[in-house]
Amino acid sequence: MSTLKNPTRRTFLKSSAAVGGSLVIGISLPGGLRDAFAATDSKMNAWIRIGSDNSITILCARSEMGQGVVMALPTLVAEELEVDLKKVKVDFAPPGEDYINAMLGGQITGGSTSVRDGWDKLREAGAKARVMLTEAAAQKWGVSAADCKAQNGVVTYKDKKASYGSLAEAASKLTPPKEVKLKDPSKWRYVGKPLKRMDTAGKINGTAEFGIDVKLPGMLYASLAQCPVIGGKATAVDDAKAKGMPGVKHVVRITDGVAVVADSWWQAKQARDALNITWDEGPGKLLSTEGVFKGLADAMSKPAASIKQQGNVAEAMKTAAKKVEATYEMPFLSHSPLEPMNFTADVRKDSALLIGSIQFQQLAMGMASAITGLKPEQITIKTTYLGGGFGRRIDCDYFAQAVEISKMIGKPVKLVWTREDDMTHDFYRPASLTRMAAGLDASGKPVALDFKMSSPSVTARLFPPLVKDGVDPLMTEAILVPYDIPNQSVGTVIHDTGLRVGYLRSVSHALNVFANESFIDEMSAAAGKDPYEYRLSLLQKQPRFANVLKLAAQKAGWGKPLPKGRARGIAVMEGYETYMAQVVEASVVNGQIKVHRVVVATDLGRMVNPNIVEQQIESNIIFGLQVALYGNITLKDGRVQQTNFHQYQLPRMPETPKIEMIIVKSTEKPGGIGEPGMALFSPALANALFALTGKRQRKMPFTLA
Amino acid sequence: MASLSINGKTLEVNADANTPLLWVIRDSLGMTGTKFGCGAALCGACTVHLDGKPIRSCSTPLSAAAGKKITTIEGVGSSDVGKRVQAAWASVDVPQCGYCQSGQIMAATALLTEKPKPTDADIDAAMAGNICRCGTYPRIRAAIHKAAKGA
Repeated sequence: MSTLKNPTRRTFLKSSAAVGGSLVIGISLPGGLRDAFAATDSKMNAWIRIGSDNSITILCARSEMGQGVVMALPTLVAEELEVDLKKVKVDFAPPGEDYINAMLGGQITGGSTSVRDGWDKLREAGAKARVMLTEAAAQKWGVSAADCKAQNGVVTYKDKKASYGSLAEAASKLTPPKEVKLKDPSKWRYVGKPLKRMDTAGKINGTAEFGIDVKLPGMLYASLAQCPVIGGKATAVDDAKAKGMPGVKHVVRITDGVAVVADSWWQAKQARDALNITWDEGPGKLLSTEGVFKGLADAMSKPAASIKQQGNVAEAMKTAAKKVEATYEMPFLSHSPLEPMNFTADVRKDSALLIGSIQFQQLAMGMASAITGLKPEQITIKTTYLGGGFGRRIDCDYFAQAVEISKMIGKPVKLVWTREDDMTHDFYRPASLTRMAAGLDASGKPVALDFKMSSPSVTARLFPPLVKDGVDPLMTEAILVPYDIPNQSVGTVIHDTGLRVGYLRSVSHALNVFANESFIDEMSAAAGKDPYEYRLSLLQKQPRFANVLKLAAQKAGWGKPLPKGRARGIAVMEGYETYMAQVVEASVVNGQIKVHRVVVATDLGRMVNPNIVEQQIESNIIFGLQVALYGNITLKDGRVQQTNFHQYQLPRMPETPKIEMIIVKSTEKPGGIGEPGMALFSPALANALFALTGKRQRKMPFTLA
Repeated sequence: MASLSINGKTLEVNADANTPLLWVIRDSLGMTGTKFGCGAALCGACTVHLDGKPIRSCSTPLSAAAGKKITTIEGVGSSDVGKRVQAAWASVDVPQCGYCQSGQIMAATALLTEKPKPTDADIDAAMAGNICRCGTYPRIRAAIHKAAKGA
């Protein structure tokens, strides 16, 4: 499916930058870098520093939350710079204009855009620096640069040799070339090779620094009591007992609640539990899961914003030989990265040092400046490794809280949320309802498709100017089926349920692919056709879809007998310019759904690192397993009822299926891989469960009851 | 003041006896390799060894650790099994975000110390308490088998 026909996060956030999204308005970014490099290093460009000791530092301007950017992005630079990748040092970039993600219009990590945005830009940055180093050597020797060669961090001419470190200072003063010729793919040393990740060593010996590990001299620790109903405010605080507890230094009221600051986090947490707070719970206290879904159902009767109108659905339905109808229901979900929200802030009168796990550096800078009154030039933001993100750390609520606390107490402080804080104060993946109807002709071929969904809009909260004519482009990803159906009507209704919502891995792909790929399966059953053959017959004009579908079916042994009690389900999608098909094999063991095997065929164009691509495909299957079987955030009296992993289950080792992959060799431009597989797993499993039990799974999480 | 034996060293800490061992290790001793995930022994991110057995340090009071040998991720590589596990983790390229991996490695090292050749069922049983939100389970399993073979 063409992303150009479909409004995407790319176009939409790009326009956000142009018009100024509500939260990004008026933020000017500091141009210079601070602290990222030794002062003696020569700056070749925004990405590359070279020390006189031949040390090479490459900046990574995206947050590393498991998806491998800290390896993949420097690989692109190093490939063209002609240095030994193993010897490269990587640092995370500060907020800066140079680091804006052109696909998103801000310095954000999300939307599986990192490689797609960096693919040309980072290779060019490496190539330009290499040209400048070569030119510096040529000038030094009085020869033509065309006769010099740059390789492995050294420029050579006949028997002359000069290391990058010895040339960097002179080279950095040259004017960068406007254009450079990039290497032919056949000459790549690193790009496209399954290299091991450079961040592994620190992650297996405990030295990798996550936000929660940050230490500053004189740092105190904070625990924050927030209203049990999101959006509520403290009206009265009795902190007499808390203030007398061991280690407690401060009790402060901030926008989002009451913070206790102590010598250790445990002391802060104990004293926080001893606070007696009166809350005004606000309108949120009326929220319930039943009310949310009633609201979504009521919204279905409202006129939809049109995403696609093709042919005449109503007319075609009249003449259809058979009609199929289904409604799909998806709950709120929590991100639940394993590192709970936390941040470390040191706000002084004339400066601020802010360190931790964030996905949206530009937003963080804007918020920090607004809270502290400091200019961006006075604020240093450093990004650490993220203990998972999945979209949660695009929102900077916890960041702002740490900044506020530090500003109030005038000392460095690390705010750490509990797991309970994290689960009950998330920005939840929107719940949704999708009602679908189709008309089939006498041969079972679809003649009409009607799609209508209602769901809250994340974008309406984060980037309101980008919701136009009632359409949130991030509610409509993969909303159009790739199948050849002559009459189609597709529309959405934005309905604010009252619970705050956020972008979660795969975003609306997960909602729309589940509905579409479940429904095409229902259509195939109504037509009396094999679900694989039925899809394939409708994908004649979609070669990349058809190809991955065939590959997955073949490898999975589609149509071949399975052990008794097992069944297969299939599904296909495009997301982030990546095409994917999955075949899931499932059974019921002791009344529980058991997934045995998942076969995944992926066509994502060119890859930077197939090893990381495989990791991400595995990761998405497990993430999808959670969504299909467990994920369900519910509300009662405005409170999120799930508080920890006993109530919000995550998959564990014993549930892990066997995962087999086929990755298409392709010279197409790179697609994203951090997110698509998660969206596809649920319908593939739902379809397998139908084949197994005869019951459709139209509501997540799935149940056998 | 309490005296703790961690990774072969005796260290003095000044913390209340009810303080969970996790926070003593992280905040009092500044060893941040051991992670906080849930605070309720549900995720395994805080797994350390107490006299060689894997325990959840978030739910173990300091008083229960006194007089016992504590091993954390910072010290696990000093045993042959721990070294093999870390080598296998590197060889298979297990970590993604990496946050849970200290706990995973501690759990796997305890398993392999007790059962040098674990079956898949042994791995399921021993590792079920350790959540990986990134879903690195297939590679964790592969790495444990690899470590069992001598990595």
